[in-house]
Amino acid sequence: MEYNDKVMDHFMNPRNVGDFPEGEDIGTGTVGNERCGDIMRVFLRVEGDVIVDAKFKTFGCGAAVATSSIATEMVIGKTLQEAAQITNKAVTEALEGLPAAKAHCSVLAEEALHAALWNYAQKHGLVIDGVKPPIDESERAH
Amino acid sequence: MKPLYLDNAATTPLHPQALAAMMPYLTDDFHNPSGVYATARRVRKAIDEARASIAAAIGARTDEIYFTGSGTEADNWAIHGTLAANPDKRHIITTQVEHPGIRRTCRALENRGYEVTYLPVDTQGRINPADLQAALRTDTAIVTIIYANNEVGTLQPMAQIAAIMQDHPAPLHTDAVQAVGHVPINVNNLGVDMLALSAHKFGGPKGVGALYLRKGTSIASFIYGGAQERGRRAGTENVAGIIGMATALTLSIEAMPHEQPRVTHLRDTLINEILQKIPHTQLNGAPQDRLPGNINISFRFVEGESLLLHLDMNGCAASTGSACSSGSLEPSHVLMAMGLEHGMANGALRFSLGRCSTEEDIPRLMAILEPAVARLRSMSPLYDDYTKGATNGIQR
Repeated sequence: MEYNDKVMDHFMNPRNVGDFPEGEDIGTGTVGNERCGDIMRVFLRVEGDVIVDAKFKTFGCGAAVATSSIATEMVIGKTLQEAAQITNKAVTEALEGLPAAKAHCSVLAEEALHAALWNYAQKHGLVIDGVKPPIDESERAH
Repeated sequence: MKPLYLDNAATTPLHPQALAAMMPYLTDDFHNPSGVYATARRVRKAIDEARASIAAAIGARTDEIYFTGSGTEADNWAIHGTLAANPDKRHIITTQVEHPGIRRTCRALENRGYEVTYLPVDTQGRINPADLQAALRTDTAIVTIIYANNEVGTLQPMAQIAAIMQDHPAPLHTDAVQAVGHVPINVNNLGVDMLALSAHKFGGPKGVGALYLRKGTSIASFIYGGAQERGRRAGTENVAGIIGMATALTLSIEAMPHEQPRVTHLRDTLINEILQKIPHTQLNGAPQDRLPGNINISFRFVEGESLLLHLDMNGCAASTGSACSSGSLEPSHVLMAMGLEHGMANGALRFSLGRCSTEEDIPRLMAILEPAVARLRSMSPLYDDYTKGATNGIQR
């Protein structure tokens, strides 16, 4: 599996690894399952409507770690609305490409962000355009 | 620093003496062994001697050895050739833990209307011979069972399997690619009718293998053309490859009395080291009836490919048959057949030792492995859930 230098950098030196203690200002989402081989958990810290910090924990391959890492980088400083617009394509482009077999990792990163946004929105009774409830993991294809 | 090579089950370094034996046939003695002139006859004689030495190494007769382009080709020939020679028999018996050389061949045959029985294995990867007995039918054309598993190193009870096959006309084939040159092999003791081997797994060159075919076993020719391999596998011989294979096998057999226990001891030392120093690990496969060089360990809460990448960045080569690494996104069919949970199958790594492995490799690997596992666990949500006592489907 050939990864480019940017992916390898985000895998070997992942940004924003960690978590935040549960709180009103935190949105958390976990997506994926052991069956499909990747699990991503994203934490967002929100002030007003701006994401001021983000953390992640990921079980998965090199691409899963790298997409989580760059997705947390991309989301910091964005408003909730802007963050909801981050797509898997944008994540892949930010990493300057992923092997075709790893495209699903960028999808998972997008889903993890959305799951965390959904969690925050639920806590505060907000509606964020484009953010849908996370899928039931037992229904995931693999 | 020299890279730490722990992937000898994938391929082995060419033995320097095998290379030396090959060189003349890549240079001065380039002649086609089918030629009638003296120089060509010399090459023919070298091939005949190579065939005899390979036969002797596995207890076969010289005219029972056929050279092929790989172990996979030998496996393909054994199956396709047997089916072609027995057109009214439409049933194949194999196992759930075969190398793709057999597995994919059987899958392709299923698509052509053949019926295939995939025998299940126990938690150590071994079939139950009684299951074979029960699966045999009058229209069973061939039984093909891997001798030593390529992922977990488990050896199958071949003598018991062969005893069952005594009373059935179907030939017994074994993919012995991982075993030949590493454990004693005698085709008569094993009781097999066909056996596939591959040179590069025991210090020989890539691109050459052989099929042992017991005299009297009916099998169709595989490649049509000239009279090479008694017309059954035509094509000008890979002369240097054949010479290199014979030399490497002879050397491996000579070294086996001390190499087999030496590598086995290294294996067991490394297994114990990993299991003791790194928590939440388990050995996959049989502890004893196992290839001397094979170690397969699951690192819970860690995904195999990411661990492999960490090892690679630190100059260590190992492998995984699981999940993402192969691009197939499916966990290892061998580990799944052995009943591992997805999480454990996804976190499995294979370290395979060989003749160049030494005691020093053990601390070198541990120095890379321990921090890599710790680091990946520190960022694993599964490990988080475990340490925080969350159930989340994970049993303590």
